[in-house]
Amino acid sequence: MSQTESSFAGAQRLGPDSAVSVRGVSKTYGAVEALRNMSLEFPRGQLTSLLGPSGCGKTTLLKIIAGLIPADEGEVEVNGTKIAGPGNDRAFVFQDFALLPWANVLRNVAFGLELRGVAKSEREAVAERYIRNVGLAGFEKSFPHELSGGMRQRVGLARALSVNADVLLLDEPFSAVDEQTRRKFQEDLLALVANENKTFIFVTHSIEEAVYVSDQIAILLARPSRVSEIIRPSSFREKGVENIRRDPEYLDIVDQIWASLRSYVE
Amino acid sequence: MTAFGIRLPAMSSLLIWGLLWEIVGQLDLTFFVPPLSQVFATLFEIIGTPVFVKALTETAYAFVMGVFFAIVIGIPVGILMGKSRIVDELLLPWVNIFVSAPLTALVPVLMVLFGFGLTSIIITTTLFAIWIIILNARAGVRQINRSLVEMARSFGATPLDAFTKIYFWAALPEILGGVRIGVIRAVKGVIIGQLLISIVGFGALFELYASNFLMGHFWAVLIILFALAFSISEFLGYLERKVAYYAAKR
Ligand SMILES: Nc1ncnc2c1ncn2[C@@H]1O[C@H](COP(=O)(O)OP(=O)(O)OP(=O)(O)O)[C@@H](O)[C@H]1O
Ligand SMILES: [Mg+2]
Repeated sequence: MSQTESSFAGAQRLGPDSAVSVRGVSKTYGAVEALRNMSLEFPRGQLTSLLGPSGCGKTTLLKIIAGLIPADEGEVEVNGTKIAGPGNDRAFVFQDFALLPWANVLRNVAFGLELRGVAKSEREAVAERYIRNVGLAGFEKSFPHELSGGMRQRVGLARALSVNADVLLLDEPFSAVDEQTRRKFQEDLLALVANENKTFIFVTHSIEEAVYVSDQIAILLARPSRVSEIIRPSSFREKGVENIRRDPEYLDIVDQIWASLRSYVE
Repeated sequence: MTAFGIRLPAMSSLLIWGLLWEIVGQLDLTFFVPPLSQVFATLFEIIGTPVFVKALTETAYAFVMGVFFAIVIGIPVGILMGKSRIVDELLLPWVNIFVSAPLTALVPVLMVLFGFGLTSIIITTTLFAIWIIILNARAGVRQINRSLVEMARSFGATPLDAFTKIYFWAALPEILGGVRIGVIRAVKGVIIGQLLISIVGFGALFELYASNFLMGHFWAVLIILFALAFSISEFLGYLERKVAYYAAKR
């Protein structure tokens, strides 16, 4: 635990450059209090995971940040401005992909730009580039029902990348793919965080996944949800993707998170 | 269908029924059923005549206009009902009443309100077709995947964008199903309207043939109408199959 606190303090010293700040956000659905007075900072250019038991309000928080649902109380700031709804500075990757079944891959990837009024030739050029980036070259004319789950997820990712938003919101993006694809995606995600200068907010159920991909892990506790701990892995990030899973700090953090979540499962 | 191990083309059973008709007709049992061959001879005889062409154009005009209004009003209303709780609660009782109401009984009222002309027939046609179109569009929107709508909103879709780029397409398989049934009902509507008003289109023609006991003519016109209605319905069925590829995967 001491290690956690010292690394958290270290983060504070780096300066308060947050791409997204969540301040005192509460949300109640009827009788269910999903979030109570939640505050959290998301450092710019880094990947923050939200980890917590099912139903603790991770999706709710992500949608509030996306501007898709209003918070009852509190506010969300993106790049220093308070949000009032969805905006060009954020892009969402949906757990269930949310692809248009009647449109091919090219149109799906370009759809975010289409809604923003970008001309057809221009948006298709951008879309083609990101389709190649996520490894789907050759499938531009395929329809979603002709793709595997992992390929569909990449289409959703390419769509979010092609609008070039500062903040990417990913809601359990890898939960529908098999283990091999998942590992591949996790490596790809690390490369994305390193290469694209974007802020990632990543919801996951998997402790190992969170520790593997994150610069910062926020552990949420069940309803009404609050942040119980923030963990910032420090040493294994630079050691290369092959070595992370063997790193002692990686293993320690996984154990530590499990120890603190365990009491809520029992 | 297969007979003696040979695959027969679709609807070849019609041949048997046609043959039966011919035999009954040749037996001369009743003036009501002339032989089929004679009906077809009459059919080709009248098909180019000015009376027939006039009746056909009048009917086609009333039909097309009636279906047009049913579609351009019915689909948006149905989509709105599917999207908005308030609109739905306001309109659903009425739609449910009208979709099963005996609309024929309304035609005389329409005649009083809109006169004995094309307007009444167009309105009758619309009234026959629109309710099922509304209900189907509504059902199509209600089964839409919520996250598609959220996706569009998250990328900054305006309400109009959501309407034209998401709701309409997501509901299209149901909408087309509704339009197909609506069009079949519209055929009924346009004919019933004309029969009751009976001074325009095929109504006038039927009146003429029936009062002069021209059963060959009567059947010939009926066959043409059936064939037209059937082709339209088949065409819409074809369109429906074209979107079926995503109907199961929304
Ligand atoms: N639209 C809604 N109406 C009512 N209650 C809701 C709604 N959405 C979420 N909730 C409730 O709010 C709580 C948090 O839901 P949320 O979807 O944010 O959880 P989550 O952490 O994403 O869970 P999971 O990990 O299972 O996806 C849950 O108890 C859920 O029942
Ligand atoms: Mg969730």
